[in-house]
Amino acid sequence: MSILIDKNTKVICQGFTGKQGTFHSQQALDYGTLLVGGVTPERGGETHLGLPVFNTVQDAVDGTGATASVIYVPPFYAADAILEAVDAGIKLIVCITEGIPILQMLRVKAAMAGTGALLIGPNCPGVITPGACKIGIMPGKIHLPGSIGIVSRSGTLTYESVHQTTAQGLGQSTCVGIGGDPIHGMNFVDVLSRFQADEQTKGIVMVGEIGGGEEEDAAEYIKAHVTKPVVAYIAGQTAPPGKRMGHAGAIVTGGKGTAEGKVAALKAAGIEVVSSPTDIGVAMKGCL
Amino acid sequence: MNIHEYQAKQLFLHYAIPVPDGKQATTPESAEQVAKELGGDGWVVKAQVHAGGRGKVGGVKLAKTPAEVALFSREMLGKRLVTKQTGAEGLPINSLLIEKTYPIKRELYLSILVDRGTERIIFIASAAGGMDIETVAHETPEQIISVPVHPAAGLQGYQCRKVAYALGLKGSQIKALGKIMQGLYDLFLAKDASQIEINPLIETDSGELMALDAKINFDDNAVEAHPDIRAMKDADQEDEKENKAQQFGLNYITLEGNIGCMVNGAGLAMATMDLVKLKGGLPANFLDVGGGTSVEKVCEAFKLILSDHSVKAVLVNIFGGIVQCDIIAAGILAAVEQVHVVIPVVVRLEGTNAEQGRALLSNMGLNLYAADDLAHAAEQVVALAEAA
Repeated sequence: MSILIDKNTKVICQGFTGKQGTFHSQQALDYGTLLVGGVTPERGGETHLGLPVFNTVQDAVDGTGATASVIYVPPFYAADAILEAVDAGIKLIVCITEGIPILQMLRVKAAMAGTGALLIGPNCPGVITPGACKIGIMPGKIHLPGSIGIVSRSGTLTYESVHQTTAQGLGQSTCVGIGGDPIHGMNFVDVLSRFQADEQTKGIVMVGEIGGGEEEDAAEYIKAHVTKPVVAYIAGQTAPPGKRMGHAGAIVTGGKGTAEGKVAALKAAGIEVVSSPTDIGVAMKGCL
Repeated sequence: MNIHEYQAKQLFLHYAIPVPDGKQATTPESAEQVAKELGGDGWVVKAQVHAGGRGKVGGVKLAKTPAEVALFSREMLGKRLVTKQTGAEGLPINSLLIEKTYPIKRELYLSILVDRGTERIIFIASAAGGMDIETVAHETPEQIISVPVHPAAGLQGYQCRKVAYALGLKGSQIKALGKIMQGLYDLFLAKDASQIEINPLIETDSGELMALDAKINFDDNAVEAHPDIRAMKDADQEDEKENKAQQFGLNYITLEGNIGCMVNGAGLAMATMDLVKLKGGLPANFLDVGGGTSVEKVCEAFKLILSDHSVKAVLVNIFGGIVQCDIIAAGILAAVEQVHVVIPVVVRLEGTNAEQGRALLSNMGLNLYAADDLAHAAEQVVALAEAA
């Protein structure tokens, strides 16, 4: 088994007929994802990439039985798209969009409380179960079905971890990019708990970065609840304080959220933390 | 995005948050004139730069006469102010804020920001104002009170009273603080701020509350929706290269080392900097060329790195997912054609179209080193920078 998605997951795309939506939907179809349709207001009834287009997420859910949605809409429309998916009963919402104003995400998260819907992202590469289902913008062909669960705040560092665990012959069970924004959906603990419960997952790679306190929370959780080996890497050891390092959430403010503090918390929890991002694959192999 | 104190105080006035009587000035003569118009028997001359810690380095001066206001203004204008927040180069003082002074009974602290842990807007307040709040939080955490606001309910009266009593306010001050907090909350939401800080919020001898200082940061993701805020941007207060990068949609941050880095993805860019340091070098910059990049963008990025004359060698690290490595290679070649590159460039291309990218670069006879292993690439670039 994998976590969150498998080959039977029915997926729709919001922002289906746009440039990004079209490109990545085609990639997902080529990978074998069970993409069953898409949503673009005022384009309902058309066919795009051989799949039905709907006006609303509710129509798409009623027409296809989809349980997952991937969002490729511009930042100022993304909060609306997430809440439309929640309202239509979508269980897993993957928001790729970068640049959503933080106050909009704050309201979205408050509105989602108690609905049971899961959100991945925003500002993330998405989620993939290799060989079964790809929801997002990650390059499919670097992945290998296997035993390592990967969870990361960064897209390209997820690819780096995938590349290295593939090179080591380990492969991946599921890879989740939780995103680089300060307020986002699933966090490290949400994903770690699922990897711990998943039989296919034998080891976990966790890639964090400066800013916030989620890595520290993850360290505590792992110490108390995770029995599988975890290899961690924290990016941003040389980042100057007060500067936003590309990701909206990657910023050290008031001495909080430093790489040093995160590494110390993870090490104190008995987790193997590699100091070089090139050692992730080797270290994971060594732990198994 | 940051704005100046005088701009922040203008916004405060729109939201009924009391500030000292004052006005911005850009010449010693106009500064003196402002002091005369304000009246009173004491004025403060405040350097307008996008950094805190001004008082300790001569960026805030008390004047007893309008002539003294002119004198201090002459000393400050046109200089660069170096505070502990600016770096060694400091920031240019192009304008001043001249304000009347008030007898201060107490200095308090009040701020509002988004707390990512609780996913709420929170107020932070302390009776220990005028000091660095991080120091207060660290040394005497019991002197800090924080109040989270639910986005659906909004700010409630009891929350304001809670803060007021914790700050030791009495009588009409309770209501006055409530008005200030409501003003801050409304301003925060209306303009998509990410942090507003009043340090100190003063209690005058007559019991009035007033924002003696004002600092506002705005959410970069939202400023597009606020042309009035965007118009307050002062490019002189920001790094020239960082401004240029923004025009091309690049994420660039100047650092102090000598190894230029060009990377795709923010996480990988940070990791690449860390790796350079781990191998004994120092990165000259953070640069994320982004996902949907083009030949032009890569070309501009490369030129930007080379415009930093402390750069002795460049490391290009691309993991092509959506980004195609041959586009990166073509961008580097375009940059090389436009500017004469003499320093060594180490290139690691991995992922989509990596072979094509490497082939493009190998034919050009540049001072170029191809690496397929990231650790090796980092070692190589450090060695080349040292040898230069």
